[in-house]
Amino acid sequence: MDRSELIAQIPSLRRYARALTGNAWAADDLVQDTLERACSKWRLWMAGSNLRAWLFTLMHNLFVSQQRRSAGRFTEELDVAPELMAPDMAMDLSLDLQRCLMRLPEEQRAVLLLASLQDMSYEEIAKVTGVPMGTVMSRLSRARRRLHELMEGAPGRPASPALRRLK
Amino acid sequence: MTLPDLAMPAPTPPPLTDDELHALVDGRLSPAERQSLETRLAQDASAAATLAAWRQQREALRGLHGEVLEEPVPASLLAAAQRTAASRQQINQWWRWGGMAAGVMLAFGMGWLSHGQWLGLQNEAAQSLAKSQAGRDFVRQAMVAHAVYSPEVRHPVEVTAAEQDHLVQWLSRRLGKPLKVPNLSAQGFELVGGRLLPGNGGARAQFMFQNSSGERVTLYLGALDGAATQPRSGETAFRFVADGPVPGFYWVDRGFGYALAGKLPREGLMALAQAVYQQL
Repeated sequence: MDRSELIAQIPSLRRYARALTGNAWAADDLVQDTLERACSKWRLWMAGSNLRAWLFTLMHNLFVSQQRRSAGRFTEELDVAPELMAPDMAMDLSLDLQRCLMRLPEEQRAVLLLASLQDMSYEEIAKVTGVPMGTVMSRLSRARRRLHELMEGAPGRPASPALRRLK
Repeated sequence: MTLPDLAMPAPTPPPLTDDELHALVDGRLSPAERQSLETRLAQDASAAATLAAWRQQREALRGLHGEVLEEPVPASLLAAAQRTAASRQQINQWWRWGGMAAGVMLAFGMGWLSHGQWLGLQNEAAQSLAKSQAGRDFVRQAMVAHAVYSPEVRHPVEVTAAEQDHLVQWLSRRLGKPLKVPNLSAQGFELVGGRLLPGNGGARAQFMFQNSSGERVTLYLGALDGAATQPRSGETAFRFVADGPVPGFYWVDRGFGYALAGKLPREGLMALAQAVYQQL
């Protein structure tokens, strides 16, 4: 295991965290926490096994426990300001997409992002998220259906309610 | 998955399940499986519409935050990765040292080098080094000394190469044997200096060499206690050990143990070990 191998994983961890949290700062905090958790848990990682899956598992667990801690206490505000300052079509689309993603329950969002953004196999997703395959598949179905509905309703709607969400 | 039997009048195929649609969208099927699903899809307009929507959705997600992949990694994350990698390395080392005794035994037991013309095979001194606790300790201590001192920036050695005469005189006196510093400049390595170290059997010397790219090798040497070895003049054997924190060559010559260690490919270390052996 060397440093470059670990550093090579950071960009995709950051992107996944950005999509998962919808917030650039929260995402990098999550990546930082993940790397620090990795530091204290190296003993549990078997050299030669899948480093990416292991890091995503650590990140997933951290994310879930953060969500649990904050559940029901905060109104989550999405980090949309930078995008709004430079609007264009592509930006609008990804902004809408991110907003709609944030309206999915976390566990569905995670499974959907691991399957599509990270292109992980369903077996791998089951390991990373610690749930049986059947649960992965049903979460994926719910996520895809719900996201489709949200996206259909999203374009052109001013002051999308997704901007602010009571958890 | 079976293909539809074309001889039979095709009954209406079962509608596609969500799992099948996901597998299509995410490209998790073999070509044959995909083809069979696509045949059924042709008769299932609702599934086809869902598939199209999900495919589009997947494409959009694949492009989400793509710019993050191109951004330089923030310094705080690089630092965290650095700490993690360093701690991993440390654990590796401890773990390896724990397994060292077994590893060294195995290394000694397997494969003497085949350079029979100049590597005395089956020689008693080296075999007893291999078997003896003193030999294992010697190898382990050489590796630890390499791992401890070779990364040192300010104080890698006690006496620098500038005072080579003094260094050799001093270490010869402490080790009770006239020493020589091998000249490894033909291999691109220059002497950095040396230091005196304690070992189980008494004093040990470590000479450090460095090449132009900053790679360091150390030569660790000292008398092995008489009970462990019965030196025979001119006899020696080389052992390559690759399972420590650094790879190295070890041999015994006239009651003296030598260990050359460094993060180099085996051939590079071999060439250095030969040069050392021939000069000493």
